[in-house]
Amino acid sequence: MLLLEAMGTTLAMTAIGCVLGFLIAFVIVFLRQTPGLWALPIRFLAICYVEVFRRIPFLVVIYLVLFFIRSIVSEVSLFTIAVVAICIYSTAYTADIIRGGFESVSRQQIEAARAMNFSRWQTLMNVIVPQSWPVILPPAVAFAISFIKDTALVSQVGVFELTFRGKELNNEGFSALLVFGTIAFLYFLMSYPLSRWGRWLEQRLASSPSQRSKQRLRPAYSP
Amino acid sequence: MHHLQVKDLSSAYGPLTVLKGVNFTLAKGETAALIGPSGSGKSTVLRVLMGLNKPTGGEVLIDGAALDYSRPASVRAARERMAIVFQQYNLFQNMSVLRNVTIAPVKIKGRPRKEVEAEAERLLSKVGLADKHHAYPDELSGGQQQRVAIARALALRPQILLLDEVTSALDPELVNEVLDTIRGLAADGMTMLIVSHEMAFVREVATKVVMMDEGLVVEQGPPEQIFGAPKTDRAREFVGKILRH
Ligand SMILES: Nc1ncnc2c1ncn2[C@@H]1O[C@H](COP(=O)(O)OP(=O)(O)O)[C@@H](O)[C@H]1O
Ligand SMILES: [Mg+2]
Repeated sequence: MLLLEAMGTTLAMTAIGCVLGFLIAFVIVFLRQTPGLWALPIRFLAICYVEVFRRIPFLVVIYLVLFFIRSIVSEVSLFTIAVVAICIYSTAYTADIIRGGFESVSRQQIEAARAMNFSRWQTLMNVIVPQSWPVILPPAVAFAISFIKDTALVSQVGVFELTFRGKELNNEGFSALLVFGTIAFLYFLMSYPLSRWGRWLEQRLASSPSQRSKQRLRPAYSP
Repeated sequence: MHHLQVKDLSSAYGPLTVLKGVNFTLAKGETAALIGPSGSGKSTVLRVLMGLNKPTGGEVLIDGAALDYSRPASVRAARERMAIVFQQYNLFQNMSVLRNVTIAPVKIKGRPRKEVEAEAERLLSKVGLADKHHAYPDELSGGQQQRVAIARALALRPQILLLDEVTSALDPELVNEVLDTIRGLAADGMTMLIVSHEMAFVREVATKVVMMDEGLVVEQGPPEQIFGAPKTDRAREFVGKILRH
């Protein structure tokens, strides 16, 4: 069925774009925190990227990507364009979430690692990330979920996608109320379980590592 | 030759100069106590030695060789030779006790995990925590966490151990278990630089006392001299104050 296929496309675009965006944002935050004079241009670029793309509406990003890519290569799928746009946008957005998470780790934890000769990267991977992902993941997941709805915007540039399908069906003579009612319901079906999962993650991550280890050791006694 | 020599060391927090030319020396196997009023710069001295704060002048020499803290390789060398234990323990909250102790020797120094784990178990027994390997820091008392922090520092096999008010954050009944651990290290001949407000303890274990005030060393010498017959007015005043407590 057309609507189901469009639903799959929406989910796929959001998932790929957000996961890629998250990974790139992670690298950008690391670069942004590079100390020293020689890294000044890197820091400047990283800050510009985040500040600029966070302030542009998503629709504008889509058009920019569309025209930029089209001006270089003519044969490129709209799916790719959508994923690139989502990726660019989610990179800028999650970079701030990740930075906030990293900064929630106390300076003493980082100094303890540095005093034991951990490099900046080793400190990040062994101390900062394990301590900050409980802070980072819930808002990052919430962002990705809210983005499912924004992906509808992509239909503006022609990707076969939920809302777009709806317009088509509507034009073919189906009742508007029925079609858009169905679409609203499908959006709900997609985002409700995901947001429940997000909340569950949040609660689970709120418990300390030692509590989690106990849950692992004694599953029968855990609530 | 001195094991550690600090020469005219200065350091600042932004515009605030907190070390104004600190001089002292440490011999191998010696337990030196760094004492002085709060804010006199004791922690800053240890932080500069560990490369956590930048020196603005002066020299640090280990076995006669100067460390240049503006060079990353020198900072790494300093951290190879010295290890620090902080007032607030600063154990990695996301790791078990055993992992806290083994991670740096295994991941940073690349020593075999089996060997490091065996050594970690020995060190944890030595600080009286043989049964806590798999506990997480937030399941331990402050005194236990501090003893793990000492074991973690020893696992790095430092030549010099720096201790910054390691009992100040502890409840009074937990202070002695940590002091006992340090007594044991002193008896083993570990070279240590201890910042402490426990004056009775300092008089008992220190072979040398370095007294600081306002970013300068005002007097240094054996504990009998500093506590019994201080030569400078400033030292006499400070000793008078702490002995009245
Ligand atoms: N992070 C900091 N930023 C600014 N000033 C600091 C900081 N840490 C310490 N200081 C100042 O440096 C001086 C020395 O501090 P410190 O070395 O901690 O003294 P001590 O350990 O002897 O109590 C104090 O005047 C203190 O206010
Ligand atoms: Mg201090």
